Amino acid sequence: MSLTDRLLGDRQRLAYIASQAADSRLNVELETEGMTLNIGPQHPATHGTLRIIARLDGEQVVWAEPSCGYMHRGYEKLAEVRTYPQVTSLVNRIDWLGSFANEVPFILAAEKLMGVEAPARSQHIRTILFELSRIANVSLFLGDLGVQMGAITPVFFAFRDREYVLNLIEGATGGRFHPNFDRIGGLKDDLPKGWIAETKAVMKKLRKFCDQIDDLLFGNEIFQARMRGIGVIPRDVALQYGLSGANLRASGVDWDLRRDQSLPMAWNKADWKVWTHPDGDSYARCWVRLQETRESTKIVDQLLDTIPSGPIMAKVPKIIKVPEGEAWVSTENPLGEMGYYVVSRGELGPFRVKIRSASFNNMSVAPWALRGVYVPDIVTILASLYFILGDIDR
Amino acid sequence: MPALLPNEKENPLSSAPEVITDVARESLLAEITAALGDRLAASHLRPADDLWLRVHTDAWKSSIRTLRDTLGFHYFCFLSAIDWMPSPFGRGEDDPTEPTPVRDTTIRSGYAGGATRMQVFVRIVNPVTHIGVTIKVDVDDAKPVLESLHDVYAGANWHERETHEMFGINFDGHPDLRNMYLPMDFEGHPLRKDFPLLARMIKPWPGIVDVEPLPGGGVDESADEA
Repeated sequence: MSLTDRLLGDRQRLAYIASQAADSRLNVELETEGMTLNIGPQHPATHGTLRIIARLDGEQVVWAEPSCGYMHRGYEKLAEVRTYPQVTSLVNRIDWLGSFANEVPFILAAEKLMGVEAPARSQHIRTILFELSRIANVSLFLGDLGVQMGAITPVFFAFRDREYVLNLIEGATGGRFHPNFDRIGGLKDDLPKGWIAETKAVMKKLRKFCDQIDDLLFGNEIFQARMRGIGVIPRDVALQYGLSGANLRASGVDWDLRRDQSLPMAWNKADWKVWTHPDGDSYARCWVRLQETRESTKIVDQLLDTIPSGPIMAKVPKIIKVPEGEAWVSTENPLGEMGYYVVSRGELGPFRVKIRSASFNNMSVAPWALRGVYVPDIVTILASLYFILGDIDR
Repeated sequence: MPALLPNEKENPLSSAPEVITDVARESLLAEITAALGDRLAASHLRPADDLWLRVHTDAWKSSIRTLRDTLGFHYFCFLSAIDWMPSPFGRGEDDPTEPTPVRDTTIRSGYAGGATRMQVFVRIVNPVTHIGVTIKVDVDDAKPVLESLHDVYAGANWHERETHEMFGINFDGHPDLRNMYLPMDFEGHPLRKDFPLLARMIKPWPGIVDVEPLPGGGVDESADEA
């Protein structure tokens, strides 16, 4: 056999094998084997220590499972041995980027059981601080989003502008991350002098930051290619997994707990809009969050103009005993629906506290959402679902 | 309730309760009673606040499925359990050098009643009307098994895993009851009331100081009891 014949023969044979493989979608010679990929616990895309075990077939995920528990602190058990005022310093640490927002539903639940309502002034200031913690939280998310896709610039903007907001929170409460400022019946303190004017200036900066992120990320072609049509979660799936917050609104459900339930807070005293998106993909989730940050700055601006005068604490006894009963209060936190089911037995501390955190439910959809995606999309889908590890593990 | 000015004398805790009617929840309760029939064991309504139901243990899954399909409760909020037995260790503030005081550990259920020590409760919400209900179910103490809800609400999967490891309640038909947080060889169920909080057993808790009245605080004990 001549050299040409042998080459031709090989080529024909290879062409035959290739055509057969293409027809029957079988790899005859290059049979692939499944592989298990471990992401985390220490990984930049995990916002803490979430470990993801993914079973791959080539580049595709066959099966993925988040493994939680690297930061379980047992707050539900700890809350049972603490007094009501002491619990706020615990729940502060659940979602550590928006700490003040964690305190509010617990305090509201305790106030509901006691039949106390905070004075109008403290309701107003609570709402302002709540929205500031949302802005601080989500602005970091928007910056971090770029890093997940290799864009380094937005994160510097985010850290710079979040610092302004943290300074405001520190100015009013004394703590940058863990204010522990909410009290049953009101707030610890009134606002300091000059805080209102300073906050208005910062809200202008934050709106500019949102515009910058809009230009840098959301208008970016690479960003859109990585996010559009990726990780689509339909409305029905989102509801039955209990997704909440921007993740639910990005799937087309028009539901915001700030608007759709009556709480003794001041959201209904401002004019703002609930944004939804029909697509349900990664892009929609991030886009809704961006719009929400803009709305939050508007809420803060309007509420700053209308703070009523009066006391900041209702009359409550110094030793707080909460009457017997059960109460459920949830609020629209930066990450989604955060609620506390508080059972009281008329003692100094709660009998049982069930903490319903948003990220736990938001993350439980991950095995569903990650099935069949490509490996680089794991990172973007997780980033767009937006979880904080402390909020999953509690 | 209006905010009290500092010079007002009345105690907010003793003001006369307003009569509130909650048409939405009352009509919802009537619809639920009609839909569930015998499966509903008890209900409790707090006007303008919340609605509690208790269903019979053997009708747990079918009741939840009926509520989802006929009354539109499509949003799964959470699932967890309560151990109604008061802790024999109190709040873990006993002096370890003294003998342990005897405590009343009589089981007393909450809203919508119940007959067992353990109760599982789930909260589901109608995403159109935004009204939610909390549904409780008794779990047999000797054989804590309940039907799994994971094929009614897919989100119940993780919540049942968490409830299983924290309370030791088994969910029949659950695909994967591995521990969520704790190591697989962990012994005991931490959120049961008879599981001691070991940190408090080893060292007395200094936080007890916080709940004592401050000297010169001007609040006497009789006012606090009100």
